Amino acid sequence: MAKKITKQVSTKARDINTHKKIYVLAETVTKAALSGKEPIVSVPTRSRSNTIWNKKRGILEMGNATQDRQLFNLNQAKIFMQTLLHSGSIKDLIEADKTLSLRGMFYKGLHTVAGTKEKTFVDQTESDGILEDLEVSLTALREELHIFAKKAGSIVGNITLIDSGDEIDCRRMGSGGYAIPSIVEPDVIQFKKCEAKFILHVEKNTVWSRFNEDRFWEKHNCILTEGGGQPPRGVRRLLRRMHEELKLPVYCLLDCDPWGHYIYSVIKQGSISLAFESQRLAIPEAKFLGIRAKDYKACGLSDDVQIALNDNDIKRAKEIAAYPWFQGHKPWQKEIEGLLTNGFKMEVESLITKDISYVTEEYVPQRLKAKDWLE
Amino acid sequence: MVGKDAALMSKTQPKSGQSRAKKSVEESSDGAAPRKGKNRGATAEEMGSRQRDISVSEFFAKNRHLLGFDNPRKALLTTVKEAVDNSLDACEEGGILPELAVIIEDLQPDRPATSKSSRYRITVVDNGPGIVRKQVENIFGRLLYGSKFHRLKMSRGQQGIGISAAGMYGLITTGKPMQIVTKIRSSDAAHHIELAMNTKTNRAEVTADSETKDFPPAKLRDVTAGSRSLAATDGFLSPKIFPTGTSVSIELEGRYQKGRGSVDEFLELTGIANPHARITYVPPSRESGADDEELLPADSVATAVDAGEVKVEVTSEHHGVIMFPRAVNELPPETREIQPHPKGVELGTLLQMLKEYEAAEKGSLYKFLQDQFCRVSASTAGALCEAAGATSRTRAGDVEPQQAEKLFAAFQEAKLGPPPVDCLAPIGVRQLLAGMLKGVRAEFYAASSREPEIYRGRPFQIEAAIAFGGELPTEESSRVIRFANRVPLLFQQSACSSFKAVAETGWKNYGLTQPRGSTPTGPLVILIHMASVWVPFTSESKEAIADYDEIRKEMKLALMECGRKLGSYLRKRLKMRREGERRDVFERYIGEVSKSLHHIHGADTREVYDALLAQAKKRTRQADQVLNEDGKVVKAEDPSDQEGVLVVADAIPALAQSDRSEVKDSHLEAKKPFQNANVNAKTKRGKVSANESAKIKKSKRDDDSPTLFEAD
Repeated sequence: MAKKITKQVSTKARDINTHKKIYVLAETVTKAALSGKEPIVSVPTRSRSNTIWNKKRGILEMGNATQDRQLFNLNQAKIFMQTLLHSGSIKDLIEADKTLSLRGMFYKGLHTVAGTKEKTFVDQTESDGILEDLEVSLTALREELHIFAKKAGSIVGNITLIDSGDEIDCRRMGSGGYAIPSIVEPDVIQFKKCEAKFILHVEKNTVWSRFNEDRFWEKHNCILTEGGGQPPRGVRRLLRRMHEELKLPVYCLLDCDPWGHYIYSVIKQGSISLAFESQRLAIPEAKFLGIRAKDYKACGLSDDVQIALNDNDIKRAKEIAAYPWFQGHKPWQKEIEGLLTNGFKMEVESLITKDISYVTEEYVPQRLKAKDWLE
Repeated sequence: MVGKDAALMSKTQPKSGQSRAKKSVEESSDGAAPRKGKNRGATAEEMGSRQRDISVSEFFAKNRHLLGFDNPRKALLTTVKEAVDNSLDACEEGGILPELAVIIEDLQPDRPATSKSSRYRITVVDNGPGIVRKQVENIFGRLLYGSKFHRLKMSRGQQGIGISAAGMYGLITTGKPMQIVTKIRSSDAAHHIELAMNTKTNRAEVTADSETKDFPPAKLRDVTAGSRSLAATDGFLSPKIFPTGTSVSIELEGRYQKGRGSVDEFLELTGIANPHARITYVPPSRESGADDEELLPADSVATAVDAGEVKVEVTSEHHGVIMFPRAVNELPPETREIQPHPKGVELGTLLQMLKEYEAAEKGSLYKFLQDQFCRVSASTAGALCEAAGATSRTRAGDVEPQQAEKLFAAFQEAKLGPPPVDCLAPIGVRQLLAGMLKGVRAEFYAASSREPEIYRGRPFQIEAAIAFGGELPTEESSRVIRFANRVPLLFQQSACSSFKAVAETGWKNYGLTQPRGSTPTGPLVILIHMASVWVPFTSESKEAIADYDEIRKEMKLALMECGRKLGSYLRKRLKMRREGERRDVFERYIGEVSKSLHHIHGADTREVYDALLAQAKKRTRQADQVLNEDGKVVKAEDPSDQEGVLVVADAIPALAQSDRSEVKDSHLEAKKPFQNANVNAKTKRGKVSANESAKIKKSKRDDDSPTLFEAD
């Protein structure tokens, strides 16, 4: 119980801080309005152009560029209104000490604009964008805004967690695994006991199930995670925390296509849209175990597993090759070139053509043993 | 021309009984036997015996299509048209504001649905000066009898064929004589005359002649339920409104149909071009041969206006009775008769004039030129005489054909002033606008009146008007309505000079779409009016204006003038809409923003709202200045400040639906109510909005500086 109290205290301190930031935001706008100046909300730019590759730290960081959200601009008037509306909602959440999902926030702010037939938000996408803007402009994390995303991602393995005071034994999670929550900050999740020596992160749930059914984590004493494609923030944050706090290396098993390469890039360096969170999410030491372009021959796969690259894939592959963090990296350049030379993609599941458990019993153990990975 | 000459000849003949051909040299006798051995061919005598004079009436009885009686549908229309034209001309000449009732009765309402035509009785009643008893036969019973043919003066009818031809057509198809009731003094009794035309003699035969107190004929008020209920409140054919006047009834075989080229369209357009006339129209109870059995538009009864509103004179429909209101209260200017202009005569005519002059006055050529032509001064006459190789003393009758030819050539080269223009009575910009306003439900109206011009020595004047937007269909080709001397032209549109002028005008410049070589597409009605002492029609049925370069050029100039006004309006409207939208966007969110600020910061909602609103207004103004001018801040012009322009604020879709009065007010504040105009909105479709008049504003310049040729 003592822990719980500390948690509340720390939350309170953070909440007071966030609350104040929102108040300052509103105060700035009010002052501008009353003094006849243009009301502006300044928002750091979340775009490729304002993303800086920190080579030394090996992560993507957000630059200093900001954009002004103006009320008296036809394209921004509504966004401006929505920003203030959500600020008010967050204020309510902090005061009530409750959290809402992104969808919940959409509904909280949703109503008809007075005197019109127009709704404040057309869809949740609009609302989500505003919340991401608020995170960066208030320099507050999503959880500090009392907002969470839907759960996506599972974990099993030789580790015991505490989630909101409840003990979670990840060894006893059946076939489904423990769903990784959206907020995994220390005040919510603590690591109680861990014997695992490494983490194997796979791209999607189907592959993860194969490994779980084969009790791979038990045989190889590891933790097995999955992020449903591009891993959401909760999964990435948990990986990062386990990597950092428990000193566990992270190995990724992803498809051999531009999408798989990008997921690896996001786990390793951070994403463009969440560049401001890279320092909390990125795992520069993460390793790319496979599938590799060479595996088609190395594993002796049949022609049937080939999925031809389309024009979009080729374009994307070239884009990824041109990312600064891949550009000077010879093995990666070679890997992407191999993909393009092959002219086809391969999914992790393609290994099933060899044998149902080929991937768990031979492929991964062999690669780990041979230290055959990209980083 | 042949027909007319023949007419003149027949008129000069003393008696119909002796109407034997002048050309028959001798009486054919029985004794003149044919040559033997010849089965074929005839002797000159035989042929001569068959050659005889042809009565004009007879000629037209056989060639009715030349006069617009080619089919039952057109016959009905032509009859109404001729009677209405006559009535309007009579009223104007008598200085009376025209009040017309047009009643069409279906006399065979029980005919089978498949029958294509029916028997109708057409009655047109006017409040004109009436007709003196002894002229009745001449006016209604003879073809080519009239006051309008010989003079160069603007009027609706020209040849004097119309109404008598209609009566003749009626007689041929139904055997019923024309019924005329006319009253020349309010205190006197009216004359009731029945006329049947004898086509052989070109003379009318009176079959009944009596005096009556019954004018306007009481039975006309009892034709339909609508007319009865209107009459009950003195709103229809009231003797008070018709102290004098004429009523003409013709029974004929015809066909009534709505749509293009119908009686309904003719009267609608007549109302537009004659805003000073009030016309009440009782259409027949059913269309003939129409595919659907619909008796009357369903909404006509449902939206009927009550008697109170009828007095407000809105064009409206009352139990099927259509009322075209009077929109201006002054008569068109009186026109003066003019002498022909030297450049307007042809050689043959010149020779004829010389001959007639000699016969009548026996004066000198010098005097002849000054007397018989306009714009020939004494010195010009002298110069012309010289050019013809004659002296000022030379008698008109002594002019040799060669001299006449030289004179004719001299006419063409002489520097002469244009003919006087007081023979013309244009409708006028303000009157055109009023007419369009009551007849077309649009949001923007513009009109322009050109200066008089000359073609073939005859003065003419072109006027144009356009109506845009409102309830007009947006996807269709624009409608072109054409008038000659205020008479609607309903047929042969593509053969008409005006239609070509519309197609040749570059409407794209004014923000409209226009397929190549065609009229523009969009919610547009284009009106073209040609006023002239002699409108050059392409045929006797007077359906299209001949394509003279001078005329078409003037038409295009008038259209371009209207087009520019429309273009300016459309740009302004776009700007207004844009500004309105922008302000709208800002204002829409300001409320939400203020509430949120209050919620988070505790700021006073009202105070913040007002501060932001003030900023929004300031910024939209600035934004527009930046947007619309090339870097310069120029005072925005209001298109309704232009001359000859009307804007109906209510009809503008973007503004009408906005519930924000500020937007409307700031841009369209009413300036002056429409002067002299019982402005109002229409109509035919049965919708009447009485308060619309208040929303109409009027160009102030229109009131202050009427153009040279306007009535006032």
